[in-house]
Amino acid sequence: MNGVHDMGGSQAFGPVVPEADEPPFHHEWERRVFALTLAMGASGAWNLDQSRAARESLPPAQYLASSYYTIWLEGLCRLMVERGLVTPDELRDGRVHAPARALRVLARDAVAPRLAHGASTERTVTTAPRFAVGDPVRTRDMHPPSHTRLPRYCRGRHGTIAAVHGAHVFADAHARGSEDPQWLYTVRFEGRELWGADTTAACVHVDCFEPYLEPVS
Amino acid sequence: MPHDHDHDHDHEHEHEHEGSELSPMDLRVRALESLLVEKGYVDPAALDALIETYETNVGPHNGARVVARAWVDAAYRDWLLRDATAAIASLGYTGRQGEHMIALENTERVHNLVVCTLCSCYPWPVLGLPPVWYKSAPYRARAVLDPRGVLSDFGVTLPDDVELRVWDSTAEVRYLVLPRRPSGTEGWSEERLAALVTRDAMIGTGVVTAPTQAQGAS
Repeated sequence: MNGVHDMGGSQAFGPVVPEADEPPFHHEWERRVFALTLAMGASGAWNLDQSRAARESLPPAQYLASSYYTIWLEGLCRLMVERGLVTPDELRDGRVHAPARALRVLARDAVAPRLAHGASTERTVTTAPRFAVGDPVRTRDMHPPSHTRLPRYCRGRHGTIAAVHGAHVFADAHARGSEDPQWLYTVRFEGRELWGADTTAACVHVDCFEPYLEPVS
Repeated sequence: MPHDHDHDHDHEHEHEHEGSELSPMDLRVRALESLLVEKGYVDPAALDALIETYETNVGPHNGARVVARAWVDAAYRDWLLRDATAAIASLGYTGRQGEHMIALENTERVHNLVVCTLCSCYPWPVLGLPPVWYKSAPYRARAVLDPRGVLSDFGVTLPDDVELRVWDSTAEVRYLVLPRRPSGTEGWSEERLAALVTRDAMIGTGVVTAPTQAQGAS
């Protein structure tokens, strides 16, 4: 989706402002939103790409005006309503109006092993990778209305395969509920290919799934 | 309008007592947590454990140990650059948002900078949760176009002939920058070196500097 979350190359946002000795959270509610999001994510009612899709689907003006954990909160609420876990009425007044759905609940003892194990996205596929390190490629000029991980600034651009990472869960398909594993590559784009002379980047590397790429003869 | 006036007054009143009253967001999130607990979807003790993990246990001190080890142990450095996931796991750092790691080595000629232009992808097991600036629009917008400008926001100036390579974390691969070891640290212990390594240096928005000799002697 061509949303405002796809920020690479935008120029009106001003300087980066680092904060000295920044704490992990700035408010108690941020702690709780972080934990609620991870705990509800562990239920399996949605996957990580569906979480990202929910956040980037916020109305553009709201997305840009919201703090990071506010965006997480809005995304979480949207997913829970869509899955029928809570109703808009329940979110409005905080009281239970509808019966709960059966859900896998993350127990305290499961937290540490689950975090330490993570969730690999690598999968075994029967196809061979279409590209090898050093191959020239071009990214597709594509504008899907749904979730994608190919940023706009590097669509329809020439690059070179810098690494092959195996086959991984394809984010675009995963947001629609299917893993459809695809070969994953790091593609190196020269700065001038992306930005002409107006850049201080020698090159930008982007991780691209095979369906994003076309061969260059 | 009287109503608006009252509202403004209440708002000011709240600010006078900042810290002792709950903000609208605190109230909203408390209500949401109560709702989800009552529906049986979340275990409050699990929430506390999630927060404790990332507030206390996991943070840039993990990545600093990886960097320090690579500085003192050439075989480990080679392993880190060849198979970062395994080399980092050997020090006990594994899991969520670090399942597929790549280490990027800074040299005299090459400086690497990591960003996630689309959201906030970040190597949690070695760096913890990302700082606000990393997730902010200014950084996500500018890192891929003008990394030198971004570095100057951090007070970092590199020679013109240093090649700036940017890495946009668009899939589930996570990047850790291996900064240059500062001169004047020959013979230092791994632990002492680790204390020099900053979070920003492992993202690429900083460089590691050794204390001056005068400071170092104290």
